[in-house]
Amino acid sequence: MLGKPNAAKGGKKRVISPTVWPLYIWTALFVALPLVYVVTISFLKKDEIWGVTNQFTLGNYLSLFDPVYLKVFGQSFLVAVSTTALTLLIGYPFAYFTAKFSPAVRSFIILLLMAPFWVNSLLRLNGWIILLKANGPVNELLMRLGLAQEPLKLLYNGGAMMLGMVYALLPFMITSIYNSVEKLDWSVIEAARDLGASPAKAFFTVTVPLTVPGIVAGCVLVFVPSMGLFFISDLLGGAKSLLLGNLIKNELMQARNWPMGATLSIAMLLFTFAFIGIYKRVTGEKTLGGIK
Amino acid sequence: MMKKNSWRSRLFVALVLLFNYLPIFIVVLYSFNASKYGNWAGLSLQWYEKLMGNAQILRSLKNSLLLAFSSCALSILIGTAGAVGMARSHFRTQNLLENVSMIPMMLPEIILGMAYLSFFSILKVSFGMVTLIIAHVTFCIPYIFINVQSRLAGLDPAYVEAARDLGASPTRAFWDVTLPLISPAITSGALLAFAMSMDDVVISFFVTGTTSNTLPLQVYSMLKMGVTPEVNALCTLMLLAVFAALGLYALLRRVLRKRA
Repeated sequence: MLGKPNAAKGGKKRVISPTVWPLYIWTALFVALPLVYVVTISFLKKDEIWGVTNQFTLGNYLSLFDPVYLKVFGQSFLVAVSTTALTLLIGYPFAYFTAKFSPAVRSFIILLLMAPFWVNSLLRLNGWIILLKANGPVNELLMRLGLAQEPLKLLYNGGAMMLGMVYALLPFMITSIYNSVEKLDWSVIEAARDLGASPAKAFFTVTVPLTVPGIVAGCVLVFVPSMGLFFISDLLGGAKSLLLGNLIKNELMQARNWPMGATLSIAMLLFTFAFIGIYKRVTGEKTLGGIK
Repeated sequence: MMKKNSWRSRLFVALVLLFNYLPIFIVVLYSFNASKYGNWAGLSLQWYEKLMGNAQILRSLKNSLLLAFSSCALSILIGTAGAVGMARSHFRTQNLLENVSMIPMMLPEIILGMAYLSFFSILKVSFGMVTLIIAHVTFCIPYIFINVQSRLAGLDPAYVEAARDLGASPTRAFWDVTLPLISPAITSGALLAFAMSMDDVVISFFVTGTTSNTLPLQVYSMLKMGVTPEVNALCTLMLLAVFAALGLYALLRRVLRKRA
């Protein structure tokens, strides 16, 4: 990756179109430089009030193994894995069934799915807060039906946070898988059925393997942000520092410990790269199919 | 044909869509609720009235629109020019540049946010609209770039060659041939970038200043404080705007298709 000349283009002479320069300069100044700076300060000592000193240290990386941080890593990982699994369980059948409708119905369903995306996600999360409140509609319904004697505490716990996560990230999973399923050659599945495969067998041996790129792209697109969405855990989970995102935010804004924030970010980054690496390995693709 | 959905799969699709819209229905319903608290107490328009009088929310809405429009415009310029230029260039660091400029899309938002917080602080740049625009342009560029790039890859080079053979200058060929052909890709990238910018909480949280609160940040702090029926009214109005825009877009496409 590092400046390796493209084999196909290597033979031709070097040309840089002048219109590349704005992108080049912007990327160098506002992507590469800040990220290099983050890596640098993760090796520096924290200054007393805020900022960093010039002293080199590996201490930040060593404190990653502090049980307090390890616990958050574990929890955050668990939340991310469960969010990914749940969105996949709901998203796959949804995308699969949607692709079976006629083209007009199909694009209408996808439009319906994506339209709320243009309204701020916080405003939508507010809907869940209203629903789950102690005196909200869900509790009222439960009490009227006699299923609860007193209002249940539905908000500000892990369950409510998971609900918010799945709700916020499900569209990403669906669109990624849908992109794959839509391209399916249905005659291949038909052939498997004609040759005597049961519907289930045809599905698991033909359909699923053919849609792996969409599945993996969706998993990456859900897994990566789910570690950092601190506002969902804040608003629905009741501000218990459960996620890596909350921890980084607290290190920066409350403890004002930039080096530790940077170190935690790099740990998260390594998680992310590992996942994208797995994606590329599994699918042999260069880009995340779901984004295109 | 196997491409048939049973009533069970239809029901499943309907239920997931319902799950998607349930909180939105609730927000719309409660924006007309007379009571300030969770219980339902009859119809009222008071929250719309209160919203119109809430200078903080209106200012943050103005900030967000200004931010989304300017970062969209800048990222369209940089992203499109970059993608078009990359297609015509061959240089050593080309792959590297492409990979690095796509990083903001892959990175968990919070990492970019933390990077900007420390980077701008150390450079003593004051936090506000400028830092917000820089951050938003950075994460908007990939959406434009990728869209334009894949559109360019699918273009038949014969179009531009024909224009050049007929005597058009490279600039003229770009404006008259390439640009109209890639404009759908620019539009869809820009729509996504606009939505991302209007919706961003995490990165903005780290780079905003005291006077440049964006709408999502304003809503975030209001929700953290508790009871906020004005937020419901705002959500309803935004939803209305989105569906109006979608309807207009569908209508426009139909009209254009009839003409073509």
